Amino acid sequence: MKNIYENEMKLEFVSKSNNEAFARISVAAFAAQLDPTVEELADIKTAVSEAVTNAIVHGYEDKEGTVKILCKLVGNSITIEISDTGKGIENIEMAKRPLFTSKPDLERSGMGFTIMENFMDEMEVKSIVGLGTKVIMKKVIKKDEVEEETITEVLNEISKMN
Amino acid sequence: MNSKYIKEDKLLILELLEEIDHHGVEKIRRKADDEITKYMPRKVILDFNNVTFMDSAGIGMVLGRYKIINMLGGSLEMENVSTPLKKIFDMSGITKICPIRG
Repeated sequence: MKNIYENEMKLEFVSKSNNEAFARISVAAFAAQLDPTVEELADIKTAVSEAVTNAIVHGYEDKEGTVKILCKLVGNSITIEISDTGKGIENIEMAKRPLFTSKPDLERSGMGFTIMENFMDEMEVKSIVGLGTKVIMKKVIKKDEVEEETITEVLNEISKMN
Repeated sequence: MNSKYIKEDKLLILELLEEIDHHGVEKIRRKADDEITKYMPRKVILDFNNVTFMDSAGIGMVLGRYKIINMLGGSLEMENVSTPLKKIFDMSGITKICPIRG
């Protein structure tokens, strides 16, 4: 049996907006071990940026708090958990609706969750009002799958020839 | 941000140079609005050629500028939008009112 590749990292930082770039670049650097395409990496960076911004703007409402990120690599997929202990989301379904924003005055587009859902393969939001929010996202790096399929196909063809 | 105003065409070109996220957008917004209210252009082009990253904060930023320019009777177009950026703009439908040139 093939060994499944596993790795893990944790990141914790103060909810300052200049840490948004730090967070997405760090996660992208970690994800790079899976050899993603430029596009897959851009998707991950964007999704992380959205979740971290939500924690800072909505979770802590620009007050100081801690944002935590837990990243796991299993096989060819990356799971990213981004959590805050801020005010929480009252209505998750409404928050996930495209173009919905609780802060229209800040020129927020209300596209954050839509982007996370579309750019990642799985996304889940857990939130308790007064306790905080956790966003769990997963992305499968496709490249390996394709390569494995090709190898299997080649092996099958060889066995047929024999 | 670099800006260029072409007087005979009443055209203002704003070349964005920074990563566009919630953190960076405030500065861009302020600078862009200063330039727009200074020149009162008929058309504004936002040039994304040097933008290496953008998230949904970019949608809000473009929409906000569009509202101001529209109020002044002008139009807004986008230029040199890379594939990852286009994916975000297309998702929001904003390209219907702020078209991408070329």
